[in-house]
Amino acid sequence: MTADETMVFRGRVWVVGDNINTDLILPIQAYYLTIAEQPKWVFSANRPGWSEQVQKGDILIGGKNFGMGSSRPAARSLKNLGLACVVAESINGLFYRNAVNFAFPALEAPGVSAIFEEGDTAEVLFEEFRVRNTRTGKECRGGAMPAPLLNILKAGGIYRLLEKEGKIAPVAS
Amino acid sequence: MGMTAIEKILARNGDLKEVRPGDVVTVRVETSILFDNNLMDSVWREILEVHDPSKVVVVIDHRAPAAHVLSAKGHKRGREFVRKFGITRFHDIGREQGISHVLVADHGYGLPGTVLLCSDSHTCSAGVFNVAARGVGSPDITYSICKGETWFRVGETVRYDLEGALPPGVFTKDVFLHMAGQYGNHATMNIEFGGPALPGLSMNARRTLTTMGAELSVEFATFEPDDVMLDYVRARTDKPFEAQWPDEDANYLDRRTISLDKMEPLVALPDTVLNNSRRVGEVAGTAVDQAFIGSCANGTLEDFAIAARILDGRRVSSNTRLIVTPGTQNIYREAMRLGYVQTIAEAGAVVTNATCGACGGGSLGVLGPGETCITASTRNFKGRMGDPSARIFMASPATVAASAIAGKIANPLEYFQ
Repeated sequence: MTADETMVFRGRVWVVGDNINTDLILPIQAYYLTIAEQPKWVFSANRPGWSEQVQKGDILIGGKNFGMGSSRPAARSLKNLGLACVVAESINGLFYRNAVNFAFPALEAPGVSAIFEEGDTAEVLFEEFRVRNTRTGKECRGGAMPAPLLNILKAGGIYRLLEKEGKIAPVAS
Repeated sequence: MGMTAIEKILARNGDLKEVRPGDVVTVRVETSILFDNNLMDSVWREILEVHDPSKVVVVIDHRAPAAHVLSAKGHKRGREFVRKFGITRFHDIGREQGISHVLVADHGYGLPGTVLLCSDSHTCSAGVFNVAARGVGSPDITYSICKGETWFRVGETVRYDLEGALPPGVFTKDVFLHMAGQYGNHATMNIEFGGPALPGLSMNARRTLTTMGAELSVEFATFEPDDVMLDYVRARTDKPFEAQWPDEDANYLDRRTISLDKMEPLVALPDTVLNNSRRVGEVAGTAVDQAFIGSCANGTLEDFAIAARILDGRRVSSNTRLIVTPGTQNIYREAMRLGYVQTIAEAGAVVTNATCGACGGGSLGVLGPGETCITASTRNFKGRMGDPSARIFMASPATVAASAIAGKIANPLEYFQ
């Protein structure tokens, strides 16, 4: 589950609006299911059937305050759905923590929603904090992810680090 | 240049001379709270080493008593965890049961000037005690329990100065709805409350404001310390603490004054509270299937008193069910002693045990397809309290109680003349 070493992503784009909340990403009904079952419930309330159209490596473009709401592991559902990363105008602070900790790359890039239409292809150079629309050539730059957080992300998330230190038990396979 | 209250708390617990917006800081965590969501099969990671068991609190609140086998398994796991590591602050089903944020208030777990974490988004509630309290994810709480520390990205602070006094029938939930309606989200920012109105606001009334900070997407919500708060905490704990006042030359992103005298009952329309508040008159008459008073924001003894005052000698509409849920069993017992439970139940409401219950759509008041609810709880997202086609209006406990009697959204002011 380690994030791609190069942290360069190229994929088909899905576009969502402002204030996408955690209950839309991980509804309460899905919270009671297994980790493997949860991703298919993403956006089931506001965009039924969408999760089945997502292909591995697709990229989500979000609006302002993406991931607002609860502490539930919504970032993990997006990662397990196969999305390569999310790039949003701004990312909610709690969602951002979960994204770092579950090793789901999340980039804040003001202006990003204006340069993409659904179905475009995005190229994300995560460590350069840049995203480009390959159809139009338009590009925008995001804010840097602080180095300590990027290290957690690249290590495969915080549970991986705690496992290595013997603080938590490995997941039974 | 001085620091805001939150910047000073973070600096102090990170052994830093100063903290500025944009910094990423590592700080000591005084209190880590684990609760039943963390203990569910799809979330739990087995902890092998606890940094300091005396700094851990374990709470069963979201589905309490267990609503199904899955939650029962989580509760069992929690009991085993506290036994294994000798954790004494455990709030199991029973006498000391309650919602984590309300227990923090009841028991003085939030020590002024310290850092408190829990992986429930409404943890900012404890900011009322001048605590840097933040809702984090399960991985964060696991990390802080194992290591005794965490990281924060420091945001800018917006200062709210409260002045005047609330008119009868108007509550701090209405003040929150005014803030959410007027200013919208505060993502990446902290909010700090202060001002001449503080002595007239009870700790419960204040805590509604910090709790609801989560709905504004704040990093931290806090109050400037005052005697009312310090006396409240000292009455509940013997532990030493050092409250942190903002510096006089603290740098705020914005300073906003709210005149409490000008507040009025407001209602947030369904799906979000952001820029979505209306005067109660604009939605009055909307038929209501369920009315709910409870949660970490509005399950206090004062909320029971408000509901009892309005419901006394009256009946809940036969078209509406009213559910009232205390924040802790301690509040439940006090509300019984004072006769509030009797009055509320006599009116036809169902008074449940202390739990998050209907607020999270987990149990004790789940909404069906197409239903309309008016709630004095924390959150009105689509699907939050049950079926995604249900509509959730949000208001004060007074507006909810008045609406339950009318069977439709109603103005509570007539009960306060």
